[in-house]
Amino acid sequence: MFIFEWLNNQLLKMEWLFVLVQKLVEGVFGLSIQDRLGGSIHFFIYDVIKIFILLSVLIFSVSYIQSFFPPERTRKILGRFNGISANILGALLGTITPFCSCSSIPLFIGFTNAGLPIGVTFSFLISSPLVDLASVLLLASIFNWRIAIAYVVVGLVLAVIGGTVISKLKMEEYVEPFVFSNKMMEMEQEELTLKDRIQFGKDQVMDIIHKVWLYVLIGVGIGAAIHNYIPESIISAVLGQDKWYSVVLATFVGVPMYADIFGTLPIAEALVVKGVGLGTALSFMMAVTALSMPSLILLKKVVKTRLLVTFTGIVTVGILIIGYTFNAFVHLFL
Amino acid sequence: MIIKVLGTGCAKCKSLEANARQAVAEMGITAEVVKVQDMKDIMAFGVLRTPALVVDEKVVVYGKVPTVEEVKAFLK
Repeated sequence: MFIFEWLNNQLLKMEWLFVLVQKLVEGVFGLSIQDRLGGSIHFFIYDVIKIFILLSVLIFSVSYIQSFFPPERTRKILGRFNGISANILGALLGTITPFCSCSSIPLFIGFTNAGLPIGVTFSFLISSPLVDLASVLLLASIFNWRIAIAYVVVGLVLAVIGGTVISKLKMEEYVEPFVFSNKMMEMEQEELTLKDRIQFGKDQVMDIIHKVWLYVLIGVGIGAAIHNYIPESIISAVLGQDKWYSVVLATFVGVPMYADIFGTLPIAEALVVKGVGLGTALSFMMAVTALSMPSLILLKKVVKTRLLVTFTGIVTVGILIIGYTFNAFVHLFL
Repeated sequence: MIIKVLGTGCAKCKSLEANARQAVAEMGITAEVVKVQDMKDIMAFGVLRTPALVVDEKVVVYGKVPTVEEVKAFLK
């Protein structure tokens, strides 16, 4: 246990980096990290370096695993299952299928056109941005393993239930008809060599860092500001654990926002430190990553408003329930 | 030869188009590079991940941006 804890603290939480940045801030800049400015600078440098190191290592290893599960294969696997097991599998595969938001439309069409129930496709579409393997390890790094695992479980449950409800509502008629017309050709699978997979991992790292670096900087910047400049009294007046509406507020602020999970984590971290309920912070994170204006606008091209509203409604309600549940059982996690 | 670049206008699709044009220019062949942006037309090729490159109605790459050298190999 001792060795595991030491590895966890050094590799995942990067305590060595915390100390190193502390030396830099105190020794070179001459600021104490107990002070406002020193504390903010320390939070910013430490979090930015930590997130970028973890991102590179994690995305590389996760991409290697993902290279075994391209969407074409996921679609084939899913086609063999029915009912709730298909939804569960869809949610699980969503976590390991490499997926970029600009591919969500071809993917939606491809899955639906191949005859997969739309509920299964939605299970996949909910879990894919929400529960990413890399983000789970990042959660374990910033908070702890109990929270990371609980997050995965509730994220998957949300994806399964959301997709199942959409299946039960029989909303196929609210998909644009062209999605079903003319059967798509089946693509031949490309065989990847070890070299291809390593190249894929490297490409993914470059790609994702290129895409998220700005969000990470902004996220950590806001986190650092919350950390040291916004008085705790204001934050707890709006988002405090005793305020029943805090989860609702965090969710509705988060839904239209578009950011990567890597950018929202430092904000959630700072909020929790300031006494905001864990459930409230997680609701904010989930709302930002699972739903966003740009992705809804894209989806609008293939589904009718009624289905889009149902999808948004189910996910929002799910996030609210998750937020309240986490707030009620917070003593189990922190 | 007709080369089609499938994609709904994301950044990767633009770099694929640029690479395709450069490959054609460097090889000095006569080929037409066409952008396919309509979802229905992209769908017809069975592609789940954009961008994709189609040479003479056959999908040769999808879900990534091949380098200029890689595109050249497909054009031979």
